[in-house]
Amino acid sequence: MSTTSSTRLAVIPSGQRRRARKRSGDLPLGEGRSPILTIVIWVCAAYFLLPLFWLLISSTKDNSGLFSSFGLWFDDEFHLWANLVDLFTTRDGVFLRWISNTALYAVVAGLGSALLSAAAGYAFAKYDFPAKKFLFAVVLGAIMIPTTALAIPTYLLFAGAGLTNTVWAIILPSLVSPFGVYLMRVYAEESIPDTLLEAARLDGAGEFRIFWQIAMKIMVPGIVTVLLFAVVHTWNNYFLPLIMLTDPNLFPLTLGLAQLQAASEAGGGASAQFSTVITGSLVSILPLVVIFLYLQKYWTSGLTTGSVKE
Amino acid sequence: MLLFVTMLLLPLFYAGYLSLFTERLIGGASFAWFDNYARALTDERFIGGVLRMCLFLVIQVPIMLLLALLFALALDSMRVRGGKFARLAIFVPYAVPGVVATLMWGYLYGDNFGPIAQFMKAIGLGSPELLGPDNILGSIVNIVTWQFAGYNMVIMYSAMRSIPGDQYEAARIDGAGQFRIAWSIKIPAIRSSIVLCTIFSVIGAFQLFSEPKLLYEVAPNAIGSSFSPNLYAYNLAFTNQEVNYSAAVAFLLGLVIMIVSYVFQLSTARREKKGARA
Repeated sequence: MSTTSSTRLAVIPSGQRRRARKRSGDLPLGEGRSPILTIVIWVCAAYFLLPLFWLLISSTKDNSGLFSSFGLWFDDEFHLWANLVDLFTTRDGVFLRWISNTALYAVVAGLGSALLSAAAGYAFAKYDFPAKKFLFAVVLGAIMIPTTALAIPTYLLFAGAGLTNTVWAIILPSLVSPFGVYLMRVYAEESIPDTLLEAARLDGAGEFRIFWQIAMKIMVPGIVTVLLFAVVHTWNNYFLPLIMLTDPNLFPLTLGLAQLQAASEAGGGASAQFSTVITGSLVSILPLVVIFLYLQKYWTSGLTTGSVKE
Repeated sequence: MLLFVTMLLLPLFYAGYLSLFTERLIGGASFAWFDNYARALTDERFIGGVLRMCLFLVIQVPIMLLLALLFALALDSMRVRGGKFARLAIFVPYAVPGVVATLMWGYLYGDNFGPIAQFMKAIGLGSPELLGPDNILGSIVNIVTWQFAGYNMVIMYSAMRSIPGDQYEAARIDGAGQFRIAWSIKIPAIRSSIVLCTIFSVIGAFQLFSEPKLLYEVAPNAIGSSFSPNLYAYNLAFTNQEVNYSAAVAFLLGLVIMIVSYVFQLSTARREKKGARA
């Protein structure tokens, strides 16, 4: 759609034409560290970490400890283990079920959408086919469409097909990722040289084999990025499962935690403990934080692909 | 090749089928033309929700993007000790599911055992009522900013990293300071990233759902059933069973979002053209 016109300036900045003007009042050109800047940034970083710190501290307290001790420091007693036991035994260990559901949804949807995006992006980048421009415009347009405007029609559609309250209700809609297609097209265009494809064709490789054995290998970093974001998206999704699922055995973590929280609020902590909700929250964010730290290289470079070159 | 086309067309047909389905749903069944739309456009609760979201994004999006830009500039200037760790710390909230973030901040804000209220009481002030009707919008602004500032920062930061180094050298030879470089080289260079971030943030802001939905449990008085248009559409469909009307509301919301982001893109494109001519 209209993204192309607004992004042409991406690589060549317009700053150059002003460089002739000199000013003397600016900062001296010291290359060293700036203590003030360091402090400011660290204070801000602390703000972003503080709620997580609170979560960690609070998960070591039991329900009464939460009320009686100051939120940002440990209570006298250490209840983390007991909380974990509580968490995993409440309602016959349904929490474990939620974790495995979430992992299943996230992995299947993530892999599926990364593969589909790679195939579609590759096709857009390297083949000519009828109505290509129109189709790509549709993809770009689809990025703009709010997922929730689609969610309720999707629900009705799935209800008609009898698919609500099944795993498919979560996985199928999550497979479609217009942004992934867009990202992969850019990536394929940049990273796969046409001459390589021609050479492979001359050697008698079929189109499918070229895609599977050559293109896919080159596109791995891009695919990992799309995979990562698809996994995060599915892992964190709340709206879709909320409308699709009613059976607690199919719930992902987000939905389950929200249900626990509602129960604890309604019962003032009687029917479900605040401490359980808090410990559950902590457990549910750990996998993603670990994945992000581990795959840092990919998401930073992948984001650059998407934002700089459009 | 055929395979790729079908793989590509699958999602597209899927989306196309859905859009048809919405239309049939509104036009068909009990054929009502655009009655649902007419009703939505005069529905105070829908309009109120849209206006509330406009207010929300006018406050939240600039704050978040400005913060993200400042972080990115600061980290890119290489003048922060431990900048790599700070970058991770600011980004980490993105990995926290919206549901968990809201639960957490809900507790932090809360009167029961929230440290903010505890602190205020300890120094002799009353509880700040962060979940009261007057403050709830600000509280949500804070949650969303906390979650996504780091994400936007990473996008801007990566864009800055790819600016060729010789431009800095040229600027330095001309005697430009850090601020001058940031203003005249870095910000114009990453303009497209900023535009992209803005559009995604606007789309995200309009779709606000989990935060009000979950805080509703904690603060039912401050958040009605139509706090955001999304929440309203959800409640219409699943509490009131007014499925057709709800679909119309969802569709209108989508339309509003597309118009807003399109207008925004047009205006930035025009400004760029002007800038190029000057």
